[in-house]
Amino acid sequence: MEYILIIISAIFVNNILLSQFLGVCPFLGVSNKLSTATGMSMAVCFVITLATVVTFLLNSLLAKFGLEFLQTISFILVIAALVQMVEIVLKKISPALYASLGIFLPLITTNCAVLGVALTVVQKSSPFASAADGMFNLGEATIYAFATSLGFGLAMVLFAGLREQLALNEVPKAFKGIPIALVTASILAMAFMGFSGLV
Amino acid sequence: MGKFQLITKGLIKENPTFVLLLGMCPTLATTTSAINGMSMGLATLFVLVLSNMAISLIAPYIPDKVRIPSYIVVIATFVTLLQFVMQAYVPDIYETLGLFIPLIVVNCIVLGRAEAFANKNGVVDSALDGIGIGLGFTLSLTVLGLVREILGSGSMFGWKFIEGDGILAFVLAPGAFLALGYLIVIFRKLTTK
Repeated sequence: MEYILIIISAIFVNNILLSQFLGVCPFLGVSNKLSTATGMSMAVCFVITLATVVTFLLNSLLAKFGLEFLQTISFILVIAALVQMVEIVLKKISPALYASLGIFLPLITTNCAVLGVALTVVQKSSPFASAADGMFNLGEATIYAFATSLGFGLAMVLFAGLREQLALNEVPKAFKGIPIALVTASILAMAFMGFSGLV
Repeated sequence: MGKFQLITKGLIKENPTFVLLLGMCPTLATTTSAINGMSMGLATLFVLVLSNMAISLIAPYIPDKVRIPSYIVVIATFVTLLQFVMQAYVPDIYETLGLFIPLIVVNCIVLGRAEAFANKNGVVDSALDGIGIGLGFTLSLTVLGLVREILGSGSMFGWKFIEGDGILAFVLAPGAFLALGYLIVIFRKLTTK
């Protein structure tokens, strides 16, 4: 039951893009076409889940030695290394998946959603607590990260679909490009506000 | 390019928010009021100036292949420093901005300036460039914060000028996207004649 609550809350109620504003750069940058948006979402999904598990474990190590202030530096290094590693492993194991995610993987290091989720999870977690106290254990942290990245994918794909339609319409010159995309995102965010209070 | 131009170009010609469209996450998330926007801008300014100076000094000694990770470590160091300073002197603002202080590490403006300017120029020029871009960022965040605060809660820099509430949506997520979209349009109209 708690897992379901975490999932619904992460995908709809606290959508990472439309209510927490993490990862807005790729949201505006690569949402021109549905296919690229799907590729980006899949890559992000992969990296966020993996990065959260690794940083969660790393944090318990840091906490053991009282070095929590190193969180920012060590997390970003771990994420950068992880992205590199995922790239190398994918290239070897599944060239097809690598070809479809390839160009998006290096971009993910500087996607603030990854570091953002890792830091959020660590802030409200301890290895032995449960979601009942508002704390995550490893399993819940993983579920939360995965659901959050699904929320990212959902918003991304919806938005890309809207923008594909939008490209066919005429908009005033000053609105071309990003401004009209932002106005569209605003309406999409309003739609997602309808989910607030659900959990 | 003159020293003075290095500072002023960030305000209009290369404004990071309205023209280059960089650093969107903190721009949208922290501008619920003018004060919050300004604090976020100044925090970024601090990191930007210091990291620009440090990177311009060490750039000649870093092998080309590992330059991006090295820059990120330098930036992350200054962000950690900033976290300590803010926790000590302005704990309220540190609480409000929360997650977005450590996220300055992945702000594309900071890494972008390191890559595009600081690693090719001297210390003084890089510091001025950091100040210019940082001020431009601060200015646009303050303006966006002010617009959202006026419409959303009917106050300016915390000073309330109407009774009751404003349009709540402007403090929440949709208003952030909408206000930024329209501000970019206005900015474009004013700068391209």
